[in-house]
This record gives sequence, structure tokens and C-alpha cells, in this order.
Amino acid sequence: MNDVLVPALTPAARVAGAMKGFAQEIGALSAFRMESCIHCGICAEACHYYIATEDPQYTPIWKIEPFKQAYKREASALAPLYRLFGFKREVTADQLTQWQHLLFDSCNMCGRCSLICPMGIDVAELIEQSRHAMFEAGLAPKELYDKAAHQQLTGQPEASAEPYRDQLLAIGLKFDVPVPMDQPDVDIMLCVPRTDIEHYPTAVAALARVMQYLRCSCTFRSDGLVAENYGYYAGGKDWQRDISLRLIDQAIECHAKILLIPECGHAYTALRWEAADLYGRALPFKVLSVTEFLGEELKAGRLKLGPSTLGTATFQDPCELRRKGGVNEAPRALMKAMKVDLRELENHGGFSFCCGGGGGVLDIEQAKPLRYRTVEVKLREIDATGAQTLMTSCSDCRRTFDDAQAHFSWDKRPQSLLELVADNLLGSNRSDSGATP
Amino acid sequence: MDLLSFSRGLGLKVAIAIFCMGVAWRILAFVLLKIRRDFNKPRESILKYSIGGLITTMARSWPHREFIGRTGPGEALGYSYHLGLFAVVLLFTPHILFLGSLFGFTWPGLPSSVITIISVLTLTLFLAVLFRRVTNPVMRMLSNFDDYFSWFVTMLVLVTGLAATAHVGAPYETLLAIHILSVDLLLIWFPFGKLMHAFYIMPSRAINGALLARKGATS
Repeated sequence: MNDVLVPALTPAARVAGAMKGFAQEIGALSAFRMESCIHCGICAEACHYYIATEDPQYTPIWKIEPFKQAYKREASALAPLYRLFGFKREVTADQLTQWQHLLFDSCNMCGRCSLICPMGIDVAELIEQSRHAMFEAGLAPKELYDKAAHQQLTGQPEASAEPYRDQLLAIGLKFDVPVPMDQPDVDIMLCVPRTDIEHYPTAVAALARVMQYLRCSCTFRSDGLVAENYGYYAGGKDWQRDISLRLIDQAIECHAKILLIPECGHAYTALRWEAADLYGRALPFKVLSVTEFLGEELKAGRLKLGPSTLGTATFQDPCELRRKGGVNEAPRALMKAMKVDLRELENHGGFSFCCGGGGGVLDIEQAKPLRYRTVEVKLREIDATGAQTLMTSCSDCRRTFDDAQAHFSWDKRPQSLLELVADNLLGSNRSDSGATP
Repeated sequence: MDLLSFSRGLGLKVAIAIFCMGVAWRILAFVLLKIRRDFNKPRESILKYSIGGLITTMARSWPHREFIGRTGPGEALGYSYHLGLFAVVLLFTPHILFLGSLFGFTWPGLPSSVITIISVLTLTLFLAVLFRRVTNPVMRMLSNFDDYFSWFVTMLVLVTGLAATAHVGAPYETLLAIHILSVDLLLIWFPFGKLMHAFYIMPSRAINGALLARKGATS
């Protein structure tokens, strides 16, 4: 990988960058949200960081405090009074540096806090905007900054021994499934989390197998393969746009009607709910998560599933897909079709706790000790269901649980819903034989 | 001009003027900021997500099942003193007569004895709220001058009102003047602090609820 360095800025430049970044974000809606806070602190009770530690600094609304302070001092209706009486001090570089931990290491941007606020404030949205400001201040964590920079330049978050294109084709050969690549004119453009290429090739094969089963006209594109968007994680809005544009341009070039997002929660948010704004107009195709796509195919009768031999299972709803993204019914409809004996978590559906790895936290080394404390909240809930298997539809959740499994010597390995579907396609040899790749 | 005349004459007029102009300015200041267009295709129709916003407006008054174990007592305390305040302000006959002189219509009130009981209960809840703010580590960390001063001016209205009703400590006219002056103070402070949430709460819930419903997201 090329060496990319987080810019080393002077304190004054950091503050100026943060203020510039935040000023760009301030619209009527964010101002209204900041004005509305009544300092009740209830948002802490939704946050797994606070629940795991009881440390008040992890109160979600506190994570944006420097920016709330800056807004009130510089741009609010009472700004002259705040400055005159010194009610709001200027934000300092030290303060911003201190807040890096709160905005990146201890927030998955999972949005659970946005459900509890009695004023209805979408706190997670404010945190995302604050990350943009931190990026401009040169305070994005190095791991996220480096990957975002690399992805913006090359399309891949990290260099790889083999180009991802070749790795995908090799996965197709290994699992004996066609991996359509660079087709010129298709209905569906596919992309893939690099997490799957590197850690879960079975998920890539499952995607290809399901598409083959459904006889979809589809393709991967060499120049727009990676679903993840590290610009989104790092708070680099321009980079987020550039990274999204790679996929948008490729989807347009192959005349796709659907851009299919694999099992990757934040990729879904970046492309389904943010890309068009960065693109500056509506996207000329639909963006669907593979889970909702399969749900639609099931409903239409084109996807037929046999009973799985999974036994009891519980399901981790990925925050970006369910709580923030609105992919609501599909996972359970698919599991029901496969006769999965589902044991719901105490907090499930839109109220599920984050796995602890979202928002780029999984990649941040210094966040690890705290992350393990929050993951414990989740593991306890999973164990309490008594289910034999943990399923999810997000490769970042999957990797987070795999990491937790190794760390805690936990007795469960997460499984992919997509892979389960691919294993139980009715009428295919795989379902009949019950084989696994 | 005596104190009572001032408090309900010029004092009240000035307070109402500051209140109205201040509230308008607080709202205009962010309404005039840019509103970004959302180009991402909504999952739901405008009708459906508007309804989602309205539902959130009501639904946020009661904690979700998943949160109630952690937030129930705090929210019960918060909503209770608000209900107490509403009852005292809107259902006490002298207040109804005063508001009636402003709006041109009146409504039935509660007996004074009931209002006194509600006032004492509300006062107790107010003290509990302050106790919670200074003892709860999260609330203490978030709190600033605005939180404490807003509490103080609201409490002052309640205490002076009770004193005036009970005729305690000074002649009735003086007590009434002090009570009305405390209302003037509250009106003057209102647009400068968190009391503005009275105007924000419903639109904030509705707008954010609708935006979440637009995506089909949980709200």
C-alpha cells in the first residue's frame, strides 16, 4: 500500500479546518437539531458504549459538544450574546483532539440514540456531520484515513497481492460458479465487500450462485468492485463522493437498472441514502441490498427455498440496513421460508444493539479494548437466546463477531444469511445435497 | 405607578414583546439557513412518511419498550412536572380569566384546593428534577447556566404563585405583583434559553420522524 499520512496540521489549522467542515454541514435541519437539545441525557441510555461503561463521556449528544458549542457561538440566533458574555468558548485544537476518541473510537453511528430522544433529534446524523469536520481538521483516525485515501485513488482500500478482479474470478473457479465480469449491458450490477474477498469468499460464491439460480442478467465491473466506502467512515465527504462515483459510473456504463449492494451495512447507507446527494441528482438506477432483493424475489415466487438444517438461530439486524436503512421484512421472510427456528434477541429489529464494529470502529486499533467491552453487551444477549447459531446479513458484523469469538473464545461463529439462502435454493443440486462450499 | 400596575401593565407588555420578538428571531435564524434537497429516492410515498412524522410526534411521548426499563423513572418525572405545570397554568380559574381577557374565551377550571395540591406536587417534582440534574453524572456533565436558570425562573413562578394563593409573607397585592413579575421574567428569559423547546418539540419530532419514515427506517 502507498504510504498515506493523515495531514499534520497546526492547532490553528485544525480548528479552522473543523470549523470550515462543520460550517459546510450546517443547514436549517442540523441547526434545528442542535437547538432542540434539552440536555436530558436520555440518549446515553440507548448507547452500548455508555451501557457497557457507565462513563458519561459516551453520551451520544456529548460526542458533538465542540460542534454544538461552535454553532451556538458562531452561527446561532444568540451568537453575539454567547460571545459577549463568554457563555460559549472558542473550540480549541486540544478539545478537538480529545473528541477524536468520542467521535470515532466510541461511536458506531448505529443510530440507536436517535430512537430514544424525546425531542426526536437524529443524533447519529449530527455525529456523521461532526466526523466530516474532524476529517477537515486532520483528525480522522489513521486507519480510516489511509484506507479512504487509498480507495479514493485506486478503488481498493488496501493494496492486494492479486487485483480484486482476479481474486473474484479465482473464487468462481474454486467454488465452481460463474462470476460474470465486465459485461457491457446488464440488468444488475454487482459489487462486493473487500471483507468478503479477503475473509469470506464463500459469501462471494453464494452471491454468484444465487444470481445464477435466479438467471439474472448481471455483472461485476473491474473498475467498480468494492462496496465499502471508507470515505464515509473517515468523514471525508469528497472522498466518499469519489468512491461512490466509481460505482455509479460503472452502473451507468453497463446500463444497470439495479445496483445490488452485498451484505454490507454501511455500503448500503452510502449508496442508497447518501450517494445521490453527493452525485447532485437522482441516480438513474435503483439501489437494493441483496437481502431486500432476495426478499422481493421470494415474494415474486422466483426464489424458492427449501428447509435449512440450521437448528435454532438468532439474527443480528445490521443497524445500517434495518434501523437506519428500512430493510425491515426481508431477512425474517427469508428465514421463515427456510423454516429457521428463530430465537429473537431481547433487543431486535430496529432496536438491536450494534455489533460494535460498525462506523469503521472495527478497523481502529486503539478502539479495540473499548470495542470488546461493548461487544460483550451483544454477546450476552445472543447467549441468552439459547440459539445454536448467530446469523447476520452484514460482513462487518460477521467480522466483528468472528473477532469477538477469537478474543473471548466464544462458542459461536456468525453465519451469513446470503450463504444460507444459497445453500437452500430449492431445485438446485446444492439444496438437494445439502453441500457447503 | 405601583408595583402591581407595573408588573401587569408596562412590565408585562415589555415582557410579551421581548418574548414574541425573541421567539420569532430564534426560529427565523435557523429557518433562514439553507435546506438541502434530498435526491435519494424515498422508500415511502410522501403521504406515508408524513404520517410517519405525525406518529413520531405522539409516539415519542412514551418510551419504546426496549428503553423503558432504563428511562422510565426519569421520563415519568419529566412528563409529570410538565403536566403539573400545564394544569396550574391552564386550569386555575384566575389564570383562565386572565388568559380569557387576552384570547376572548374561557374554559372551566379546577377548584383552588385541587390546584394548590397540584402546585405542591409539581413543586416537589421540580426539586426532584433539580436533584436528579445535579446527581446524575450524565445530566450534570451536559448541564450549563441555561439549564439551571431556566429551572430557576420556572420554579420562581410556581413558588410566587403558591405564596400569592396562600397569602403568605406579604400583603396579597405585593405577592401578586411579585408573582406577575416572575412571569414577566420567565417571558423575557424564554427566547434566550431552553424553554424554547416548548416551540421546538412537536416540529422536531415530526420532521425527524418523517425523515426516518421516508427511508422506512425505525423511528
